[in-house]
Amino acid sequence: MKPIYMDHNATTPLREEVLEAMLPFLKDQFGNPSSLHSFGIRAREAIEEARAKVAQVLGCEPREVVFTGSGTEADNLAIKGVAYANRNRGDHIITSRIEHHAVLHTCRYLEKQGFKVTYLPVDGYGMVDPDDVRKAITDRTILITIMHANNEVGTIQLISEIGRIAREMGVYFHTDAVQTVGKLPTKVDELGVDLLSLSGHKFYGPKGVGALYIRKGTRIDPLLHGGHHEWGKRASTENVAGIVGMAKALELRMGEMEEEARRLTALRERLYEGIKERIDHVYLNGHPTKRLPGTLSLCFEYVEGESIIMGLDLEGIAVSSGSACTSASLEPSHVLLAMGVHPALAQGSIRFSLGRENTEEDVDYVIEKLPPIVARLREISIFSPRMPFSAMAGPRRRP
Amino acid sequence: MKQFGWYSEKVMEHYLHPRNMGEIENPDGVGLVGNPICGDMMMITIKVKDNRIEDIKFKTFGCGAAIATSSMVTELVKGKTIEEALSVTNKTVADALDGLPPIKMHCSLLAEEGIKAAIEDYRKRKENERRGP
Repeated sequence: MKPIYMDHNATTPLREEVLEAMLPFLKDQFGNPSSLHSFGIRAREAIEEARAKVAQVLGCEPREVVFTGSGTEADNLAIKGVAYANRNRGDHIITSRIEHHAVLHTCRYLEKQGFKVTYLPVDGYGMVDPDDVRKAITDRTILITIMHANNEVGTIQLISEIGRIAREMGVYFHTDAVQTVGKLPTKVDELGVDLLSLSGHKFYGPKGVGALYIRKGTRIDPLLHGGHHEWGKRASTENVAGIVGMAKALELRMGEMEEEARRLTALRERLYEGIKERIDHVYLNGHPTKRLPGTLSLCFEYVEGESIIMGLDLEGIAVSSGSACTSASLEPSHVLLAMGVHPALAQGSIRFSLGRENTEEDVDYVIEKLPPIVARLREISIFSPRMPFSAMAGPRRRP
Repeated sequence: MKQFGWYSEKVMEHYLHPRNMGEIENPDGVGLVGNPICGDMMMITIKVKDNRIEDIKFKTFGCGAAIATSSMVTELVKGKTIEEALSVTNKTVADALDGLPPIKMHCSLLAEEGIKAAIEDYRKRKENERRGP
C-alpha cells in the first residue's frame, strides 16, 4: 500500500510540470536577474513573466506583487512594514486570536515595540464577527489583519465584509491567504484588501518562495534592506527557480481549482461520514460549510492526538494534530482553545487535509484503519464515557 | 521494526504492545498524576505483599512517549521492593527505553511520579488501617 498523505495544509508535493519549469533556472539559466548581460536578461524575463501570472490570479497589477522567501515573510513584511511606515498616524493593530503564528508572533513582537494590538475573539466555528472589527477600530488604528481561511480547522472568514469596513474607516487591511490562494478565488478587489500573503508550497509549488500583494499607494517599509529589488520593498537576489515554479504551480491550479474544490469537498465528507459511522464521541472543529474543501479537523474524545498520529503513520497515513505533544511549544492548539474547545478535548484533535493525489480508495483505507487505532488507545486511556474529563479536569465548555 | 518520529524501537514496542495495561481491582495503592488539560495523565494501581510490588497496572491518557514510559515503568517496578521501586527515576525509565527525544523527557517524569504517588497512597492507607477507625 503506497503511503497516504493527508497533510496538505502543512505542505504539498511538487508537481512534475513545476519541477520541469524550474530546472532550467537551476542549470544553465542561472543568471542574476539584476545583471545587464544576456544571462541576467533571461532570468529577469522569467521573473516578470511569473509576476504577471501571479498578478492575473490576484486580479492586480504586476507592480503590486512582491516576491518573498515564504508566506511567513510576506506576513512579517505586511504587518511590520505597515506598522513602522505609519507610526506617525497611529499605533493600533487589529487581528484575531486564531491567526497563524506568523501573524500572532509578529503582533506580539510589535507590542513589545510599543504598538497596541487587539486580538478579536471568534465564535465556536472559528468565525470572526465583522461587527467586532468595526467596534474595535479607533482613530489610532493603522492595520487590520485577518486570515482568509484558518489552516487548522479550515473556517473561511468574511473577508469581503471586513474589507468594506476597513475601506469605509480608512484602515489598511491585510489578509493571510496562504491557505486559500490556489484553492478558492482570491481576487484582491473582491476581497477588499490592501495586502495579501501567499506561499508557494501550499499549492504544489516549491518551498522557500512566497509573495505579498501590496496595493498601489500603500505606505510600507521594507524588512530587508540592501538593494533595489522588488521596487525597494524586498532586497535579495531573487529565487528565480522558486518564483518560476510558484507561478507555474499557480497557473496549473487555475485550470482545475473549481473542479478540485468540488471533488475534495465530496472526499472530505466521505471521510467524515465514514469516521462518524465507526467511531463515537468524535467532534467536528470548524464551520460545517464555510470551510476549506479538503480540511477536516476532528476531536477524538478520551485519547491524545500524537498517539493517534503514531498509529496512523505506522499504517502509512500522514496527518497532523493540535495536541500539545505535537507542537514544539508543548501547548495545545490556540485555534481550538479560542473556539472554546475544552483543552482536554483539544489534546485529541486530528487534522486531515486532503489534496490532489487523494482518492476514494485512500479515504476508504483511512476509514478502515482509524477505528481500531482509536479503540486500542481508548482501552489504554484513563478516560471513557463512564470516566469523562470533567471528573478530573473541571467542567467542559462545549460538548 | 517500524519507526515513528524520533522514537526508539523500544518505545515503538511498548506503544504497540504495552505491558501491564489495565486497572487492579481492590488495589493497595493508586497513583493518579498529570492532567488531561495538559495532555498527559497516568493512573498506576499496585498490589503490595511483604513489602514487594506483587502486581502493578497502568492506564494512560497521553502521547506515544507517555504510553511507553508508563508501560516500561510498570515492567521495571513489578516484583521489586517498595524501596527499590522508589529509587526508579525518570532517567532510569528513559534509559530503559534507549532514550527519549529531549522534548519528550517530561513524559518520563510523569512515570516516576506515578509510581511514587501509588506508593505514597499505599503507605497512607496502611497508616490509616493501623490507626484504626
